[in-house]
Amino acid sequence: MLRTFRIGGIHPPENKLSAGKKITALAAPKQVIIPLSQHIGAPAQAVVKKGDPVKAGTLVAKAGGFVSANIHSSVSGKVNKIDSALDASGYKRPAIYIDVEGDEWEETIDRSETLVKECTLTSKEIVDKIAAAGIVGLGGATFPTQVKLMPPPGSKAEIIIINAVECEPYLTSDHSLMMEKGEHILVGVTLLMKAVNVNKAVIGIENNKPDAIAHLTKLAAGYSGIEIMPLKVQYPQGGEKQLIDAVIRRQVKSGALPISAGAVVQNVGTAYAVYEAVQKNKPLFERVVTVTGKAVANPSNFLVRMGTPINMLIEVAGGIPENTGKIIGGGPMMGKALVSAEVPVTKGSSGVLLLTKEESVRKPMQDCIRCAKCVNVCPMGLNPAFLMKFTVYKDWDKAEAGYIQDCIECGSCSYTCPANRPLLDQIRLGKGKVMGIIRARKS
Amino acid sequence: MILIAVISLGAIGAIGAVFLYAASKKFEVYEDPRIAQVQEVLPGANCGGCGYPGCGGFAAACVKADTLDGLLCPVGGAPVMSQVASILGMEAGSAEPMVAVVRCNGTCAARPRVNQYDGVQSCAIASTLYGGETGCSFGCLGYGDCVSVCNFDAIHINPETGLAEVDEEKCTSCGACVKACPKSIIELRKKGPKSRRIFVSCVNKDKGGVAKKACANACIGCGKCAKECPFEAITVENNLAYIDYTKCRLCRKCVAVCPTGAIHELNFPPRKEAAPAVDADKVKPAAAPKPVAPKAEAPEVSATPKTEAPKVETKEETNQK
Amino acid sequence: MENKLYVSPSPHIHGGDSISKNMYGVLIALVPAFLVSLYFFGLGALIVTVVSVFFCVLFEYLIQKFLMKKEPTICDGSAILTGVLLAFNLPSNLPVWIIAIGALAAIGIGKMSFGGLGNNIFNPALTGRIFLLISFPAQMTTWPVVGQLTSYTDATTGATVLSLMNEGALDKMPTLSDMLVGNMGGSLGEVSAIALLLGMCYMLWKKIITWHVPVSIFATVFVFTGIMHLVNPVQYASPFVHLLSGGLMLGAIFMATDYVTSPMSKSGMIVYGVGIGILTTVIRLFGSYPEGMSFAIFIMNGVTPLINSYMKPKHFGGK
Repeated sequence: MLRTFRIGGIHPPENKLSAGKKITALAAPKQVIIPLSQHIGAPAQAVVKKGDPVKAGTLVAKAGGFVSANIHSSVSGKVNKIDSALDASGYKRPAIYIDVEGDEWEETIDRSETLVKECTLTSKEIVDKIAAAGIVGLGGATFPTQVKLMPPPGSKAEIIIINAVECEPYLTSDHSLMMEKGEHILVGVTLLMKAVNVNKAVIGIENNKPDAIAHLTKLAAGYSGIEIMPLKVQYPQGGEKQLIDAVIRRQVKSGALPISAGAVVQNVGTAYAVYEAVQKNKPLFERVVTVTGKAVANPSNFLVRMGTPINMLIEVAGGIPENTGKIIGGGPMMGKALVSAEVPVTKGSSGVLLLTKEESVRKPMQDCIRCAKCVNVCPMGLNPAFLMKFTVYKDWDKAEAGYIQDCIECGSCSYTCPANRPLLDQIRLGKGKVMGIIRARKS
Repeated sequence: MILIAVISLGAIGAIGAVFLYAASKKFEVYEDPRIAQVQEVLPGANCGGCGYPGCGGFAAACVKADTLDGLLCPVGGAPVMSQVASILGMEAGSAEPMVAVVRCNGTCAARPRVNQYDGVQSCAIASTLYGGETGCSFGCLGYGDCVSVCNFDAIHINPETGLAEVDEEKCTSCGACVKACPKSIIELRKKGPKSRRIFVSCVNKDKGGVAKKACANACIGCGKCAKECPFEAITVENNLAYIDYTKCRLCRKCVAVCPTGAIHELNFPPRKEAAPAVDADKVKPAAAPKPVAPKAEAPEVSATPKTEAPKVETKEETNQK
Repeated sequence: MENKLYVSPSPHIHGGDSISKNMYGVLIALVPAFLVSLYFFGLGALIVTVVSVFFCVLFEYLIQKFLMKKEPTICDGSAILTGVLLAFNLPSNLPVWIIAIGALAAIGIGKMSFGGLGNNIFNPALTGRIFLLISFPAQMTTWPVVGQLTSYTDATTGATVLSLMNEGALDKMPTLSDMLVGNMGGSLGEVSAIALLLGMCYMLWKKIITWHVPVSIFATVFVFTGIMHLVNPVQYASPFVHLLSGGLMLGAIFMATDYVTSPMSKSGMIVYGVGIGILTTVIRLFGSYPEGMSFAIFIMNGVTPLINSYMKPKHFGGK
């Protein structure tokens, strides 16, 4: 019996249309737009100005706080301007525009293909290198990686859990990365283990990727302490708390950090970025992005420079289909609907999904029939129907007593609701309000 | 037989009375009787517009306070406050009547929709998601969060413009809509003499070109109004003009120079074609988007209520150049 | 603008489940029980069911259209389901006019007066049945003897298991196997335990219901009546008889599991099921009514909001 998390969960159609497609590297576009907020936390501070020449890998903005990340140029060329640009958040935010000239990389970057296994750095040096490279959680949450690798005093990491479940339907970027860069990922995992001083790591992969499981299991034999764990297909297994529950059977308490269960969770893409940063001195400036959708001519996995407008990716995958109703940055469950296709690829872009008009439109909402299906699927064990009601009536005390702040916004409730109620829309709003109230109370 | 019943019941009653009397003395909570009196004259809407938790809280605050300055029931206004003052034997504080103003004029015609929102019809939810259906991420979303919080039926979404509109007759300036608007578009401003007021009907902080592209009625932050204003009431910050209503003397000069019509004047009488006007042909009625303002250097013009100041202004020379 | 993109909060896909799918799912689960009732009660079962469904749908349509002034939603299947469940709770020789009154009580009082589907406190079909049971006790408590396929209101009536039990005539009981297939007197849908259990399996498979409510009712009734049977086998029937007789199966599987009127958390469902089990047994063994299932569910329906606010679902990371 395969493991999975123990409360709730759904199994939406997988639709992994681009599975098995090779990763194609895309050339840099004429101009890239590099937003200064590509991560959770404080925006980065620009360190270049208009007209400055940059190379791929040049630091263009440095971390703006403890929870923040460096940002590097993804191309060589000249800074055109520092202005605001519409990004995946749906708002205009500061960004650096860089005109591309040639493709020169910083000299320190090792561009050879050879696999470097040995690492003599101390854990502190590894963490510093990760921070310098601006690595963030590449699964979509974009939490700065170095912060996760520095456990707060009093807590001790026991295990590294690598999130390779890719539970979002459609997306295959992690899958393709595992198939092509398996060895590199495993070296990255050993580096992460060294960084937090643990000798055990588990790579959790959902059972719908048997080829990746077989491939990595074979490779992992050459590395001590790394275990590949096949998991039952269940959404949202990629949620940090859910994955910890699935792999080591410990439930992180409400409001606590994963480290309280002794686990540090990193995405498989992050592990690869760590390998490149530490062994090859390459900052995070490109990533694998899945471009997919039922109407897309060639669903594919691309290796893309940060800041490339997504319409360029869609163009290579066969153009925007006629009846496109929605363009989503990320997967269908937690991705953000984009206002335009000119939004740039950022560190958190795991995929671009195009839905047709028919798939896009929501069905009309009906009255709640209290069928409790949302309760049954909620992976956090909440009552979404009630939390929505509390939000609508602004009953924040009851919402807090119902643990609205624990909602991971996975969308399983809205997905399941037979009355088409926009449960998550309201709960997200209520969660924000309640978290504000909690913060105000603490300070 | 009857006697026994009467006596026993009477005894029970007497014991109960003594007990209740003792309890009421022992556990008595002293409350200033004036609180109840003040609460009596308050409107009882419990809207919280005064800043206190309901009318009871406001009444307690009035009784406690040494002066009534700064205490105002926005719903009841001056009449209620004078009643409160007479109960408490104090002078009613002077407070300007205020009104909610929606500072967005991005009508459907002026602000083309570039995408279609398909979520819950709630401004709070839409604004956490993204900038809105139009190119302007500052403007009114039109899903009516302000409408649903208004206790006085004083604000509505106009289906033609897609914007919130305040019914100033009904508005009590309780401020509920100001708090509800996630875009901070609604502001409480001085109602002004005869409800005449001038304000910048835009909150777009984008650069001029960007703002103009998104909305034909946007403030582009050109600063002409600030230069024109004789009273330094206008400041331009972050590509956006703001008129300080405490300084504005309603001279309407700024309205005339605004190239996009973002500055609005309300409830002014149509401009009379003053006889000595040089450029009489340029004078348009006040309803037009870019009326020519009268010259109003006259510093004696006062903006306090009850004066006829604006009228005086309009009678003056109308001369733009 | 040419092709405007839609923007909405996540999730962007929906599982395709709908209220009507669930309602029709329950109806499919009721088909075996209906076929059995046709086999045993013939024409009467058919007429009662058709009439009940017709009036329920009609009243729902009329009330929505003319009283509530909104678009009727009779196609969602909830009114049909109420009609079928009401019919299943009636004797197969009930005259048409009584059924119509029951349908009006079920839809008008039980459902629409609260605001329609999703807002009612009590199960509409049960409301209708209890209304009829109190208003027409004679007609509602005389059930036809099985096997009169062509008769309707003229059918000869006979005793049911529960009335025998109530009279203390334990020796005249049908055999357990007869009770299992439904070869006994009773309301038209409640007789065959096998058909009803088949329906339950279908609903569990389709994830329309969870096991918590029916199983907790069965277990409670079994344990409670089992203890009483051990104490005094002469006066109290065996737990198997209790499980298979009367409306227990129908109530536990189809009435108590009604979405709107049952608790939402698993623990709440079990409390609710145990409550129904205890109340049913108490009414059956110590009350003057032979059957207590409908009253038990009705009472627990009223307690459901309370259960909902106290029995929260098991919280992730909680104890």
